[in-house]
Amino acid sequence: MDKKIRILIAKPGLDGHDRGAKVIARALRDAGMEVIYTGLRQTPEMIVESALQEDVDAVGLSILSGAHMTLLPRIVELLKANHLDDVLVFAGGIIPDEDIPALQSAGVCGVFGPGANTDVVAQFIRREVESRPVDQ
Amino acid sequence: MELVDQTLSGNRRALARLISQLEDDSPLAAQTLAAIYGHTGRARVVGVTGSPGTGKSTLVSELAKAYRRAGQTVGIVAVDPTSPFTGGAILGDRIRMRDLAGDPGVFIRSMATRGSLGGLARATTNVVQILDAAGYDVILIETVGAGQSEVDIARTADTTVVVEAPGLGDEVQAIKAGILEIADVLVVNKADREGATNTVRALQAMLDLGTAPRRALHHGVTLAAEQNPYSAPDSAPAWRPPILQTVALESKGITEVAEAIARHQAYLAESGEAQPRRRRRIESELLAILRETLLRRLMDSVSPADVSQMVERVAAREIDPYTAVEQLLASAYH
Repeated sequence: MDKKIRILIAKPGLDGHDRGAKVIARALRDAGMEVIYTGLRQTPEMIVESALQEDVDAVGLSILSGAHMTLLPRIVELLKANHLDDVLVFAGGIIPDEDIPALQSAGVCGVFGPGANTDVVAQFIRREVESRPVDQ
Repeated sequence: MELVDQTLSGNRRALARLISQLEDDSPLAAQTLAAIYGHTGRARVVGVTGSPGTGKSTLVSELAKAYRRAGQTVGIVAVDPTSPFTGGAILGDRIRMRDLAGDPGVFIRSMATRGSLGGLARATTNVVQILDAAGYDVILIETVGAGQSEVDIARTADTTVVVEAPGLGDEVQAIKAGILEIADVLVVNKADREGATNTVRALQAMLDLGTAPRRALHHGVTLAAEQNPYSAPDSAPAWRPPILQTVALESKGITEVAEAIARHQAYLAESGEAQPRRRRRIESELLAILRETLLRRLMDSVSPADVSQMVERVAAREIDPYTAVEQLLASAYH
């Protein structure tokens, strides 16, 4: 049987707008993936624990509050601390272009802003996940 | 087998990986299940089912909190539907289980049905076994929003809780076949809403109508009690499902539900029904595996090229589907 791609979509921080998160969740569902949606106001610890229990291939973080430079690297760090280094991290929301290089070097593989084509996001995830080494 | 050892010694990441192995039907799955089987059979398994929007996830979350207060660890398996069109799924049960985040005594796993129609995923029973082996005291299974015929949960859980809410249907809905027949505990959630007393009354009336010994009616097998070699001794009084009212969002009535579940489990043990139930469960599990294995073996012996050729011939009205199948089978087992 083929392995399903499992994705956690989470909203770290305090902003209460989850339209973007729902759009991306729906698009990834339509791309044949299993999307675990956790809802609003998740702490980095909650997100990482969910990623661990759900054994996801990727974590998508939607953030519009401006706290991305603090929260995103913290989540990547916590994933590593929990031996989840192989989990792909991508982000969306309101993230200024000048912050993207720093986020990428912190371990956020993809950053997708408003207007990003959801097919491109799905293809990006599939390509990245499938190119990762499989361990059993 | 390293993952199995790690899981048995409490490693949550290993547990999560093993669950994926079972879901993906990895070649290692059979081995894994064989290795953990001796460690299963300790957990109490509680199923929660009901129509979409009745408040299953919230109730499960509240029940989990009640068990945690009583010092017990809780595994949760929450099932949501897979899209039959794309194979994808949105699993949203965690949204209502936010309060449980950060508690190391709780392990939540979301599962997609992946084409299974009975309200659970094919691998749910096996995932419950892994959580059992990993040492969780209580395992709560939340089914997909179930209507009338998604009754697989009764085959997997020791106690089945059916959740209703006011305003979802008239009394005839309540006496139709299916989901209400599998209830060991009935919960009317959102009991602060208008019509809750009517819902309770309709359920009460439905229970009053039921005179057949319920214990023989599980699993789609409608054997009379005396014909069923596994049924409880006649002396045991039949279990009448209690009807409880809750407002899960406000944590109201939850302790009573937990108590009713405990009473039902005590009843199972005392009435001698636990044994036959467990046996029926194993029997149906065995048959399901056998059926699936046979099906897979037989399907493998039919060539996909022959099938698509037959599709063309049937589409062209050269041949009817039944004859086509006969010919396919004949060519597979000549």
